[in-house]
Amino acid sequence: MRIGVPREIHAGERRVATTPDVATQLMKLGFDVSIEKGAGVESSYSDAAYTEVGCDVVATSEELWASADIILKVRAPETVEAVLLDDSKTLISFIWPAQNPELLKQLTGSGATVMAMDSVPRISRAQKMDALSSMANIGGYRAVVEAAQHFGRFFTGQITAAGKVPPAKVLVIGAGVAGLAAIGAAKSMGAIVRSFDTRPEVKEQVESMDAEFLMLEFEDEDGSGEGGYAKTMSAEFIEAEMALFAEQAKEVDIIITTALIPGKPAPRLITARMVESMKDGSVIVDLAAEQGGNCELTEKDQVVVRNGVSIIGYTDLPSRLAAQASQLYGTNLRHLLTELSPEKNGEIDVNFDDEVIRGVTVCKGGETTWPPPAPKLSAAPAKAPEPAPAPAEVTETKKSAAGPVIATLAAGLALLGLGAVAPESFMAHFTVFVLACFVGYMVIWNVTPALHTPLMSVTNAISSIIIIGALLQISSTSNIIMWIAAFTVLLTSINIAGGFAVTRRMLEMFRK
Amino acid sequence: MISSGIVTVSYIAATVLFILALGGLSNQETARRGNWYGIAGMTIALLATIFGVVTRNYELLLGALVIGGSIGILLARRVQMTQMPELVAILHSLVGLAAVAVGFANFMDPTVHHTGVEKTIHDIETYLGILIGAVTFSGSVIAFGKLSGRIGGKPLTLPGRHLFNLGLLIASIWFGYQFVQQSAGGAGLDPLIFMTVIALVFGIHMVMAIGGADMPVVVSMLNSYSGWAASATGFMLENDLLIVTGALVGSSGAILSYIMCRAMNRKFLSVIAGGFGTGGGSAATSGDGEEQGEVVPIEAEETAAMLAGAKEVMIIPGYGMAVAQAQHTVFEITKALRTKGVNVRFGIHPVAGRMPGHMNVLLAEAKVPYDIVFEMDEINDDFPDVDVSVVIGANDIVNPSALEVPDSPIAGMPVLECWKGDTTIVLKRSMATGYAGVQNPLFFKDNTRMLFGDAKETLDAVLKAL
Repeated sequence: MRIGVPREIHAGERRVATTPDVATQLMKLGFDVSIEKGAGVESSYSDAAYTEVGCDVVATSEELWASADIILKVRAPETVEAVLLDDSKTLISFIWPAQNPELLKQLTGSGATVMAMDSVPRISRAQKMDALSSMANIGGYRAVVEAAQHFGRFFTGQITAAGKVPPAKVLVIGAGVAGLAAIGAAKSMGAIVRSFDTRPEVKEQVESMDAEFLMLEFEDEDGSGEGGYAKTMSAEFIEAEMALFAEQAKEVDIIITTALIPGKPAPRLITARMVESMKDGSVIVDLAAEQGGNCELTEKDQVVVRNGVSIIGYTDLPSRLAAQASQLYGTNLRHLLTELSPEKNGEIDVNFDDEVIRGVTVCKGGETTWPPPAPKLSAAPAKAPEPAPAPAEVTETKKSAAGPVIATLAAGLALLGLGAVAPESFMAHFTVFVLACFVGYMVIWNVTPALHTPLMSVTNAISSIIIIGALLQISSTSNIIMWIAAFTVLLTSINIAGGFAVTRRMLEMFRK
Repeated sequence: MISSGIVTVSYIAATVLFILALGGLSNQETARRGNWYGIAGMTIALLATIFGVVTRNYELLLGALVIGGSIGILLARRVQMTQMPELVAILHSLVGLAAVAVGFANFMDPTVHHTGVEKTIHDIETYLGILIGAVTFSGSVIAFGKLSGRIGGKPLTLPGRHLFNLGLLIASIWFGYQFVQQSAGGAGLDPLIFMTVIALVFGIHMVMAIGGADMPVVVSMLNSYSGWAASATGFMLENDLLIVTGALVGSSGAILSYIMCRAMNRKFLSVIAGGFGTGGGSAATSGDGEEQGEVVPIEAEETAAMLAGAKEVMIIPGYGMAVAQAQHTVFEITKALRTKGVNVRFGIHPVAGRMPGHMNVLLAEAKVPYDIVFEMDEINDDFPDVDVSVVIGANDIVNPSALEVPDSPIAGMPVLECWKGDTTIVLKRSMATGYAGVQNPLFFKDNTRMLFGDAKETLDAVLKAL
């Protein structure tokens, strides 16, 4: 089948759905790839680069749409593009069906199969196709870069000959993929980074990036919603949260907000009054500008200065890092196509038994298949019911405790009995014996298993210390004892010499 | 003549040096130094005793030392690394025999005088020393016979053997009582001799009943016994150096036996009770032998191609490698693969071979660097990343039924999970079962290839193809 990649016509969109690298991989799956002339130019991939890897470059978009079986796009199709679809074609791009019901209706009407990259289910297997995550990652990074551009100071603290520079303080609200990317970028530029999120499970992730996690002391409210996204919180919670932001706003230099709840307008977190309380020269980057913004004063796609605070409302941050974004997005698409084409024969199979494929498909054969059945997986499992297994464990330990107790008692009694009858001289030797057993125990457990054979031969050699017994007897005046002793010396000296020599021989062989 | 104080101090020094010798074995770098500590300790103890205690018969002493020492060194030089278990077993027997000899000589020594409780305790010590010594001696001789193939590896299971053992135990306790009674009156040699015979019979019977697969346990158990024999002799002679050294050796052997038992998921008592392991190849005994499916044979050239194309190779040697003396070829293959950038590692099961650490010694002999040789626990989790596992003459230690079949005779035994890798190549002479007599489902897995033939010859062919 032929894959077509048109030039993005949405104003300001610089990304392209396939890079030359990804195209090579797609061809390995058995697909033919055509690309519209100039589609990759904005993201620094020339037509020549595509031609070089074997793509066909098509002059006009009409021609491309007509010849391709599968269309790969970044942005949702515009009306002029949607009319080019028919029931023989498959379109894969961002669709945002919840926000664009009209478009969905139109796409359904065309009879085409349409897959929305924004609807990839959030399950482990589908992570490699999760375009939202890869775009959010870029957005988070770019947000810090934009903030740095509008912030008139260093991020990092320095002590220079010309005086001391305090580090910038950055507050990241919402520690999702974008938030974490922003934390990482800001942190690596040297800023002090704090982060807030309604989901307590991300605390660890934030702290793992060396940022401070701001906790709300609040009764038992978990902001984790379906599919690892946040959900709307109660009024009391929001009040406490707003108080925290108001306090932070006075302190920090940069606020990056990434708070989004799927399918809802963005929550208002930064009020006009908070902006007023911020220092002059501060920067707010509002990653939720598309959905109305987390900041009251955000203006979509604009940078505005209010009370000396720059408020950045760009909605096209990934597109501002077009080469990177295209490459990651293209790879996401390739992974999806790999799933769609299990035979690697250049044909696709829209298999609704596959959870991922079912999830992304928003319409097929004239029927709307969105929304899919909801996935039931949270990024972190909910609080497990812990108290239940405890009693079972208790009984088990009780049972197993009885054996050692009896053994200890028996050993103690035996020792007592021995102590009652044995003379002192024996007990002295016995003490030495018991201690030696313990020393042996401690020492031997440290021996590496690889050296168990040398251990045996060396212990064999030193157990021939029994030769001392023979030496004590060899001077006996009794001839028979003398000869027995001499025989024993002979035996044990074989052992001593043999044991040590063979140990040495073996140890010589152990080389790195 | 040096004073008894100096002798005691020398003994303390020897004790410390022995402990350091064992401690040195905690890793390969310090092990060689540890051996020198052991030699130094032994030399100090010998010199102190010779100059501090011995009063006459120096010529005899020196003669015995020189002759014995020469024989020992000759043995150590001559022995092949694959014969190590036999050597260790025969050396153990010497310690046992020495303990018996020292015990008898001590009993007959007219200068040793004890009275009352001390006399009783001393008699019991003598008795125990000889008993343990005799069991060690005869057991080790039989173990030597089994390991060197002079006696079949098949376990000897006499009818009523447990009763027989019990009878021997009761008899030796009864003779012990007799011995203490008679010894008080100056006699007692007869019960001592009877007991020695019983102990010898017990030692023979015990090891005869143990199958080939349990040999590592037997060897380490005899190692332990030789230590306890020395310790008992030390009590008899009231010599702390002997007590300490014996206890060190005894606990060392006991721990080794424990480790070996745990590695086979067997109870120590059930190993001693014997009857496990067939010694030779026999037909599949598991009920579902028919449904095992097909094995996929492979040729040496193909094996070489697979190895060369892999990134991660795990080699799992077993007793078959020792039998075929294939360790040198294995290392040549390893070298060839490593120069091609293939990461070759060795996975060693604790009971691979006939003696604890047997495989490590063989690989070391072939100059395999020890930092690519790993214990089972270290690498068992890595198998999913391994491209090709090569099993050389091993069977039970890679048997998945230990984990998957709850009623298998080896159920619960930890095994190397090579089947989790991409491909496993098994080198084997035939489809015979291992020592446990259990059919191995590994051979029938889809990702297993069988390379039949003598390990050395097939590996030579693989090396040539590389």
